[in-house]
Amino acid sequence: MPLSDDATFSVRALLVRGLIAGIVGGLLAFGFAAVFGEPSVERAIGLESAPAAHDHGDHATAPAEHEHAEEEVVSRGVQRTLGLATATGAYGLALGGLFALAFAVAYGRIGRLSPRGTVVAVGVGGFVAASLVPFLVYPPNPPAVGSPGTIGERTGLAFGMIGLSVLLAVLSVYCGRKLAARFDGWVATLLAGVGYVIVIGVLAAVLPGFDEVPPSFPASLLWDFRLASLGTQLTLWAGISLVFGVLLERGLRRESRSLMVTAG
Amino acid sequence: MSVSTSVSQPAVPLPVAVPLRAALPWAIFAGVLMLLVTYFVGAEQGAVSLVSGEWVHEFVHDGRHLLGFPCH
Repeated sequence: MPLSDDATFSVRALLVRGLIAGIVGGLLAFGFAAVFGEPSVERAIGLESAPAAHDHGDHATAPAEHEHAEEEVVSRGVQRTLGLATATGAYGLALGGLFALAFAVAYGRIGRLSPRGTVVAVGVGGFVAASLVPFLVYPPNPPAVGSPGTIGERTGLAFGMIGLSVLLAVLSVYCGRKLAARFDGWVATLLAGVGYVIVIGVLAAVLPGFDEVPPSFPASLLWDFRLASLGTQLTLWAGISLVFGVLLERGLRRESRSLMVTAG
Repeated sequence: MSVSTSVSQPAVPLPVAVPLRAALPWAIFAGVLMLLVTYFVGAEQGAVSLVSGEWVHEFVHDGRHLLGFPCH
């Protein structure tokens, strides 16, 4: 079936590829988290369930968390395998679908980027806006860190930060495209990027912070956990971007093209 | 010069941008579903709870920590 010159991507085809990429990315993230993240989670849980053995500082929070650890609704063995895989797989699937939709909107609208160039832009921008910046403003905590009393506020702010950061990133891309009409592309991109960083910086300074790491919690363990957390998210984004990019290129080849694009 | 540019051209023209009208229903439907999934992985039975008990929280516990969401 010959297609006209104004043929466009089928959103359905993009979404299917995004979901496949999401599942693969989620499983890759599970592999990374199981190897590099679980040791620090396990050590932190060890500190959580045996608070008297090592410290004098956090007796205020220890009893409640002690009870919590003893309930054992789901065993540790299930949590670190099936539970972790389900969480990263489901989150990967969701992110993959959103990735495909972001690509559908971004393609052809951010400069003259090729399909694969747009995938890279969405992947890098998505990682920075939805994972890296929220990570820097509200760093994730391992078990035994964080007081149960502030969980509501912390959850609201963590989700709010992801939403705001993504919104601001989209806004800065939009402004960058407008600025590109007045300046050249480099200057416009730099101005938009600097604008995003300044607004995020102001938000980070104004929004409440939480310093809830018990004095006795090992600094090296906190670092290991946070690095593993960032690595897990980076693996997820990289996996989704690479798989989506490959599936997209294959779909654009002449023989499979009619499945990928629809007449404009 | 003209030869090299013609060689680097794709064999078939690249698709044009997807009209927003075509992407919008998918974006709304899939977006809402995806956010619901993210809610269950990231927040259910933590700060807020739709299903009673601790099962969801405990099951996704490690993933919630390592994906950067506040857990408890």
